[in-house]
Amino acid sequence: MKDPVESNLQAVSTPRAIARRRLYQHKGFIIGAIGLAIVLGMALFAPLLAPYDPYEQVLTRRLIPPFWQEDGTWLFPLGTDHLGRDYLSRILYGARVSLAIGFVATIISAVIGGTLGMAAGYFGGRVDMVVSFMLSTRLSMPVVLVALSVVALVGGSLTVVISVLGCLLWDRFTVVLRAVTMRERLLDYVSAAKAIGCTDFRIIAREIFPNVFPAFVVIATLEMANAILLEAALSFLGLGVQPPLPSWGLMIAEAKEQMYFSPWIIAIPGCALFALVLSINLFGDGLRDVLSPEGRN
Amino acid sequence: MFAYTIKRIGLTLLVALTVSFISFLTLHLSGDLAQAMAGADAKAADVERIRQQYGLDRPLLVQYASWAGKALSGDFGESFYFRKPVTELLADRFPVTIALALSAIVFALGLAIPLGVAAAARPNSWIDRLCLSVSVVGQALPSFWFSLMLIIFFGVTLRWLPVSGSGSWQHYVMPAIALGYYATPALMRLTRAGMLEALDSDYIRTARAKGLRTHSIIFKHALRNAAIPIVAVSAVQFGFMLSGSVVIETVFAIRGIGHFAWEAISRSDFPVVQAIVLILAFVYVGLNLIADLLIAALDPRLRMQGEGV
Repeated sequence: MKDPVESNLQAVSTPRAIARRRLYQHKGFIIGAIGLAIVLGMALFAPLLAPYDPYEQVLTRRLIPPFWQEDGTWLFPLGTDHLGRDYLSRILYGARVSLAIGFVATIISAVIGGTLGMAAGYFGGRVDMVVSFMLSTRLSMPVVLVALSVVALVGGSLTVVISVLGCLLWDRFTVVLRAVTMRERLLDYVSAAKAIGCTDFRIIAREIFPNVFPAFVVIATLEMANAILLEAALSFLGLGVQPPLPSWGLMIAEAKEQMYFSPWIIAIPGCALFALVLSINLFGDGLRDVLSPEGRN
Repeated sequence: MFAYTIKRIGLTLLVALTVSFISFLTLHLSGDLAQAMAGADAKAADVERIRQQYGLDRPLLVQYASWAGKALSGDFGESFYFRKPVTELLADRFPVTIALALSAIVFALGLAIPLGVAAAARPNSWIDRLCLSVSVVGQALPSFWFSLMLIIFFGVTLRWLPVSGSGSWQHYVMPAIALGYYATPALMRLTRAGMLEALDSDYIRTARAKGLRTHSIIFKHALRNAAIPIVAVSAVQFGFMLSGSVVIETVFAIRGIGHFAWEAISRSDFPVVQAIVLILAFVYVGLNLIADLLIAALDPRLRMQGEGV
């Protein structure tokens, strides 16, 4: 005879299985995940997918329109830019720049913001006051202007842009993790860990961190979208990554002169940017709906 | 309330002081100022004379104190590029940016409030879903690209609006849309959430029981109660718009401080950059303080929390 308790346990799904099922039913999440997977694939396999060298300039084949226009050709499906570089290849390699900046800048800001937020939420009191002060100071500084000034002072390169954005975009991590940690701190498992004599560091790293991790992931996706948009804006203004690197923002800036005669030349990189950011946002919103306590029934 | 106010003002002043020190430092980290003022091919003796004349040989903190004192009285020094007082240069550009940010916030509220109210009045209807799409799309649109597409569509294809400059009110239409659209999602979600909460409350049930018309319930009773956070967040968004105008003003070549800041950064004219960063930070901090106090004054829970600390 089967143990009634055990068969009951089998019938009840684990929280993880419930979360997975809900994710698969979330339409926005699925669309976002597919979009993100496509861009990730573009970035990873750019050397295999790109029909040409993204840096190769051939002045005899300048400004060929994309295939859907009258004199477009399938040899250059998305046309060529003002220096005769294949647009499709540049878009594919541009995905690498956007994703690299998004990922690394987000990791940097997650470390800064997460540490500050969790420390403020866990210790409270004076630590909380210092963190609130740092947060207010950071929020009062105009991000675009500060980033532009730093890049102008130090010089634009991928590393500089990533570091600047990483050091500027930690505010939301701090705000959310502070609030979430404050709530977790009062729960029984934290008191239990304290009672058996765990150090504060161990409690934060091993007890609280796994429990606030979903909040981390949700903010990280939204912040990644933000970092990608900011990089594009900085590069567009000429103070981000520098040519000839194929950044989507930079491609729009370089094509600005031609945009009145051939609007597709700014429409293509813009759509790529829009699709990527939209996918990341849908993906993040889906995760939030499923993972955050407010999203559960 | 008094203790909370004092605490918030204290924090604001501290933040303002820190930001001013940071923006002071950026100027000094940008390189040798005496050399920059004298020009690249100046003689060493001339550079030294300028260094003494402007007090650049004094300790950093002394220089900061004298700079901050002057900045407080509205003197931000001289532009390296124009050789004119920064204050004078900013005076005729600041109103342009204020006008742009104001029209942008009017556009944002004009779109966000009706849509948010409509969405809250009929949750899960097609209009609610439309609002959700508007906000999801709005957050993903790169502002500079959106501006360029507006230029192509309304400026070049339809020829309805001028594509750049700031001569007439028509010049502000597209920039205001581009800048305001960015703030719309946040304001719309806030309106929707506030309205949903208000419509669910007891006084609305009373109003319904009295037999008031839906129209009057929504606009006279619910919206009025949902309006306070909207006003507060609009103030903060306005601060964001002033700094967000760097991108939009540059795209549309509007002669405001955002475009001016970008030009100044490109020509390493750091006294100008410093002054603009400082002014924008102060405006933001001030608006935030007002918003916080406004919310606290109307929310007893927050007020008490401030007194408890």
